Amino acid sequence: MSTDAKEVMVEVRRVTKTFDEFTAVSDVSLEIRAGEFITLLGPSGCGKTTLLRMISGFETPTQGQIFIAGQDVTHDPPYRRDANQVFQSYALFPHMTVKENIGFGLRMKKVPKSEAQERVREAIAMVSLGGMEDRKPSQLSGGQRQRVALARAIVCRPKVLLLDEPLSALDAKLRHAMQVELKHLQQKLGITFVFVTHDQEEALTMSDRIAVINQGKVEQLGDATAIYHQPKTTFVANFIGQANILEGRVVSRAGRKVTLRLEGGPEVTLLADDLPDDATTAMISVRPEKILIRKQREESDNVFEAEIAEEIFKGATDQLMLRTPGGLELWAVVANESARQATVHKGDKVFCHLHFDDIVVVQGN
Amino acid sequence: MTPTAGLPDTRGAERAPGLRGWLLMAPLLAWLGAFVIAPTLIMLVYSFCDRDELGQVVFTFSWSNYTRVFDPTYLKILLKSVYYAAITTAICLVVGYPVAYWVGRAPERVRNKLLALIMIPFWTSFLIRTYAWMTILKSEGPLNSLLLYLGMISTPLDILYTPTAVVIGLVYSYLPFMILPIYGSVEKLDNALVEAAFDLGAGPVRAFASVIAPLTRPGIVAGVMLVFIPAIGMFAITDLMGGARVPMIGNVIQNQFGQARDWPFGAALGMTVLLLFAATFWLTTKKDPSAT
Ligand SMILES: Nc1ncnc2c1ncn2[C@@H]1O[C@H](COP(=O)(O)OP(=O)(O)OP(=O)(O)O)[C@@H](O)[C@H]1O
Ligand SMILES: [Mg+2]
Repeated sequence: MSTDAKEVMVEVRRVTKTFDEFTAVSDVSLEIRAGEFITLLGPSGCGKTTLLRMISGFETPTQGQIFIAGQDVTHDPPYRRDANQVFQSYALFPHMTVKENIGFGLRMKKVPKSEAQERVREAIAMVSLGGMEDRKPSQLSGGQRQRVALARAIVCRPKVLLLDEPLSALDAKLRHAMQVELKHLQQKLGITFVFVTHDQEEALTMSDRIAVINQGKVEQLGDATAIYHQPKTTFVANFIGQANILEGRVVSRAGRKVTLRLEGGPEVTLLADDLPDDATTAMISVRPEKILIRKQREESDNVFEAEIAEEIFKGATDQLMLRTPGGLELWAVVANESARQATVHKGDKVFCHLHFDDIVVVQGN
Repeated sequence: MTPTAGLPDTRGAERAPGLRGWLLMAPLLAWLGAFVIAPTLIMLVYSFCDRDELGQVVFTFSWSNYTRVFDPTYLKILLKSVYYAAITTAICLVVGYPVAYWVGRAPERVRNKLLALIMIPFWTSFLIRTYAWMTILKSEGPLNSLLLYLGMISTPLDILYTPTAVVIGLVYSYLPFMILPIYGSVEKLDNALVEAAFDLGAGPVRAFASVIAPLTRPGIVAGVMLVFIPAIGMFAITDLMGGARVPMIGNVIQNQFGQARDWPFGAALGMTVLLLFAATFWLTTKKDPSAT
């Protein structure tokens, strides 16, 4: 990857956090590069916020260390760290105007008044809040508050900006607009963003890299395409997008080529690089949209027959449940190319085609 | 700073009480009318009256009672009472705020227990607690014995029947009235706001001055009024712990209605103190920037 050469901005080194008996973050190591947009993605309660709060300094790791720009900050209080946080609830000071809120960090850092005023004005322009300078937070809409929170953090020009589900309180449309805006802002400022979300689509849209977290552990770290196309575990495959998780017995093996007999289904051949030599069974993930469905048999790495047991109209796509003669059920998605002439229907016998590359071996959880 | 004309703040919009509201308030209004407003009006009338040699109230109209209030003797006592009440309030604030903050930030399950601990002393009668303090403070009491034993003093301190004893008694009695309203404000304070202040580079002192104190101001104002106002008029503690040596305005007023049998003058003193309370109230609530 091209960014490999860049310096590490935040390093989380073997960090564990336990509350009483409960382990919220378990032996996590993470290197975040300067200028990178990294997303911590995972279901509710998996430890995203806890991990973020250890970087910002509101929680102290039970074990392990945190470095920001090469300095060990594990035991530094938040006000001595060169990182700012955008809170999920925005946490705007209700007794201060928009301008005072945004200027707060600069006042605390004793930035000279004229410079501070200039920077506040710049930040207000950057988040398009012109004309609202003297309003109180209670006089703003949710989206405007969100912008104030963002401006209040970036005006401090931190090395790292930590964002804990900053868009979750916005409606879908505003949220999409803000996703794009945030990404542009991040590229423009070149600040390292650590973004927390449980929304996989948001993560795929915005991130340079995604750390998928499950039960306090990083399951997989990689860019969006790698996470989507090469999930390493059933959890990652299921959490990001949809997946058919299938189990099969190894029936033959020739170099990288492995043939599996799926439970109650056909045989499929795939390219397995990391399947152990002595493995007798394997779990695979197949994305629904990668199953090519045709009425006629075509040339492909894998072809098997199935019947369409269920057809669900989803607008741009149709979701199909396929059932093989042996009783294996799996989901496929086809584009709705023409309203007048759908290609396949419920009850049709069809041929399913699958490329080697579209079958990924995953580990169970 | 005042917000420019913007969106109307619809939250907390005031509305007229309506019939149902008046009905709900009726018992309170009746109570206030019978036991607060009526007696106050009676006092107001008395304060302009005179008295005969036997102490009977003679209904005339004169300002003489009020001119007497501003006699240097009484004025000095009044100012002294305000002074001790102010010291008491300041000590209660300095001691009470950290306690209230600590209790308000404690985990929910221990909060109520801590509050109960603060209130437990009030299960005992006020007089008993005051006599207990007198016992502690007297020259052969446990405090002096301890200090003597530790060698910190060589002769017993004379604390009882001094202004110090009065202030100790006042602080002890009124501290919970400072703690409880501040606790109420602290409990409502969103922790994310405190964290945001720290996050933006404020150390503990600046976070307190710029965020925590302004946002808990309603509790501070209520606490100050709940301590300062009654402390001015307190007479039982000054009587018992100050002896006759530290007369306060409350003692003077009590005396007029008691031994001196000069109700009109007592009433005039009372009305003056009432005006003082009203002024304090007005000053402390006049501008509240975070009227949320
Ligand atoms: N102060 C605390 N005391 C005890 N347990 C805690 C504390 N903070 C978090 N936890 C627990 O740690 C786990 C992880 O919490 P965390 O807030 O990091 O989750 P999250 O991934 O941010 O979830 P969400 O998406 O719901 O915000 C949860 O099970 C939570 O109950
Ligand atoms: Mg969270």
